[in-house]
Amino acid sequence: MLEVKNLGLTLKGDEGEIQVLKDMNFKLEDKKIYVMTGPNGGGKSALSKAIMGIYQSTSGQILLNGEDITNKTIYERARMGIGYAFQQPARFKGIKVRELLEIASDKNKVPEMCDLLYDVGLCAQDYLEREINTSFSGGEVKRIEIATILARDLKLAIFDEPEAGIDLWSMQRLTETFVKMNEKYNTTILIISHQERILNLADEVIMVADGTVSEITTREKVLGEIRQIDSDCRCRQSCNKGGKAIADCDR
Amino acid sequence: MLTAIDKKLLFEIADLNEIPQGAFNLRKNGEGSGRHTTSNIDIITKKDKPGIDVIIKAGTKGESVYIPVIVSEGIEDIVYNTFEIGENSDVLIVAGCGIHNSSDKKAQHDGIHEFFVRKGAKMKYIEKHYGEGEGSGERVLNPKTIIEVEENGVVELEMAQIRGIDNTIRDTEVNLHKNAQLIVVERLLTYLDQTAESNTTVNLLGEDASAQIISRTVAQNESKQVFHFRLLGHAKCRGHIQCDSIIMDKAQVSSIPEISAFNSDAQLIHEAAIGKIESEQLTKLMSLGMTETEAEETILKGFLK
Ligand SMILES: Nc1ncnc2c1ncn2[C@@H]1O[C@H](COP(=O)(O)OP(=O)(O)OP(=O)(O)O)[C@@H](O)[C@H]1O
Ligand SMILES: [Mg+2]
Repeated sequence: MLEVKNLGLTLKGDEGEIQVLKDMNFKLEDKKIYVMTGPNGGGKSALSKAIMGIYQSTSGQILLNGEDITNKTIYERARMGIGYAFQQPARFKGIKVRELLEIASDKNKVPEMCDLLYDVGLCAQDYLEREINTSFSGGEVKRIEIATILARDLKLAIFDEPEAGIDLWSMQRLTETFVKMNEKYNTTILIISHQERILNLADEVIMVADGTVSEITTREKVLGEIRQIDSDCRCRQSCNKGGKAIADCDR
Repeated sequence: MLTAIDKKLLFEIADLNEIPQGAFNLRKNGEGSGRHTTSNIDIITKKDKPGIDVIIKAGTKGESVYIPVIVSEGIEDIVYNTFEIGENSDVLIVAGCGIHNSSDKKAQHDGIHEFFVRKGAKMKYIEKHYGEGEGSGERVLNPKTIIEVEENGVVELEMAQIRGIDNTIRDTEVNLHKNAQLIVVERLLTYLDQTAESNTTVNLLGEDASAQIISRTVAQNESKQVFHFRLLGHAKCRGHIQCDSIIMDKAQVSSIPEISAFNSDAQLIHEAAIGKIESEQLTKLMSLGMTETEAEETILKGFLK
């Protein structure tokens, strides 16, 4: 359903241009759940934003169901059925939760909104009429962000680290919600995550590192590898294997 | 009789579809044009200068006073209104001025409002300004508001200028006595080459007086806004100013704060920010299917609400 071909992205940073994505290639199939993972700074969020049209890719192509969307705007892609839940959601002075959900989908009436908020572990009564301003906690804005994506009728839903800031008690319901969205609405789901619990949902796992897809693999393989590693520092792993620690250190 | 234009203006400035129940005074093109009083609220025409005295009896609860002003021709009008808000009363006052100018002459309304909010009284004051009309004549509004709040009084001011005023200078001065409380919410939008100046001074005179000022403004095109906020703490008191402006196009905004304490138990805070619409907000709304223009309008509407 989604095809990313030779995708490259260069962004202007403080110290000149940075190549954030290079020569990325992968395909997503209909109705599957994908989990994308890999080291911090590897390019997962940048890739999602390039798919959503927030970053304009500098080379390559993005196809949605065979149609080239590389030059389409954010809202055109949104109207074609792509949704992205931000890793760091925006806050709005003067816009209420109810209003944002109404913007997300005009099909949502109050009872549907209550269900949506329930799915992300919030009680509608306490939240619908509140402004999404700085008074919300990090976990609360994150849940509302996820709800705005659940509210929509999407072909492809991308969730960027949905578990970040979400408490343990709500995680179970959230993972069930992703499965429900996938089964009931046939939405292809791409979740960026570093969590074992989310990895367990994956039909396939896409590994992204250094701005490119390093591997497309199974959850069993990734989970197996994670269990072998007792520390996430590649420098220490190298040390343990007797390698040149400092010179090899890529951090 | 109210014309269609009058009705439109009344709706814009006071949400009125018809003449309201309760106390009411309509001023149209510099003259009185309709009045109601109630057993608790009297409205008397001033003898020495244009304007009215609104007298609210002590203990009046849950009543409202509407005193809209409409200007539908190119005239320059000045009015002096005095309000006596009796002890322990609790009232809503809805003022506001709408100008429809289809002439090439200036239409100007200067309203000087003086309030005496007596002990324990509560007043909510809403003032909306609105202009329209196809004429080339300027639409100018210069309100001056002076408020004396006695012991335990509570005043809430809601001031909004949403559209069509070319030029405004707004002066507000409030004196807060013992345990008096003030909340000001100001909303202002300027565009084209409009200019707006707003000067607010709050004197916290009595012990435990408190003031909170929230100002949200949007400046578009080549418009200019200048704000002076002054909080002067003369006693053990608390004051907080929060001003937020969104600046667009070639507009200019200056926000000039002053907080001064003349007592070591005064606690005063000023927060001010001027900036563009946050790009995260725009991209979020666009990723929900809005065009950039729709997203911008939604953000500004919420911000100025
Ligand atoms: N707007 C930007 N301007 C400049 N550099 C950027 C910008 N956005 C991202 N980058 C850089 O691109 C690289 C990839 O960032 P990205 O946010 O995609 O990483 P990520 O894989 O999502 O990491 P994490 O797991 O920490 O969320 C990083 O080195 C980052 O600093
Ligand atoms: Mg990221």
